Amino acid sequence: MKNNKTILLVEDDKIDAMTVKRAMSDLKITNPLSHVNDGLEALDYLKNSSNEIPCIILLDLNMPRMNGIELLKVIKAHSDYKKIPVVVLTTSNAEKDKVESFILSVAGYMIKPVDYKQFVDVIKDINLYWTISELPDNK
Amino acid sequence: MSLGSILLIEDERINAMAFQKGLLRINAGNKLIIKETAENALNYLEGETKMPDIIMLDLNLPKMNGIDFLKIIKSNEKFKQIPVIVLTTSVNPKDKIDCFNLQVAGYFIKPIDYFELIKSIFNYWTNSEFATAAN
Repeated sequence: MKNNKTILLVEDDKIDAMTVKRAMSDLKITNPLSHVNDGLEALDYLKNSSNEIPCIILLDLNMPRMNGIELLKVIKAHSDYKKIPVVVLTTSNAEKDKVESFILSVAGYMIKPVDYKQFVDVIKDINLYWTISELPDNK
Repeated sequence: MSLGSILLIEDERINAMAFQKGLLRINAGNKLIIKETAENALNYLEGETKMPDIIMLDLNLPKMNGIDFLKIIKSNEKFKQIPVIVLTTSVNPKDKIDCFNLQVAGYFIKPIDYFELIKSIFNYWTNSEFATAAN
């Protein structure tokens, strides 16, 4: 992505997290990837001032403890975090999830392809888009 | 995988034409609605029951500017779920941060090669789902 800052991946499924890492590596995306397992861990990550504020957040929806929609509500109500673009990456095709996500102004809602090659294509398009787009400067 | 209609708010006819041509060149069969002012875009949205999937927004517009338009869109229950993508010549850091605080889904500086930009935006949003039930 544009500024080589950290991408935060919020994902409870270990295999899906590995797949994102593998796709990024295959695409030679050099941004550091920080992986947390659920919404609560994501908030701990953001609150920890020794962590760089991520340039974008890739967000799974179905997670234990705090799910993706609950995390979105907290992030979008927070003056420092609300400017971070959040891209949903989920298996959920539920209309309710799409509506709630877009009402909370997500910057994309991608359904995880089962096929690895298609998965790589989605990550490639996400990377290209956020390389050409400007990103908020998080100091 | 369901990008449908696109609302483009752009007062420069040349830019609107370039956008339209770019979509044709990638054989995108999307419905493209072009409005030259933010006021006309708001009138259009208020009169429609089916919302566009995305809004492409210029910032420097006559009368109401893009930032004021964004404030209205994002505080309106009917419109707030529409992703708004800024396409501008403004490199002003304040515009950029204001736009991200107002929840834009992308901020692009108008390039020389419009086509590559349109293709990337199109490919990205073709991967995305939309909140169709809210329309």
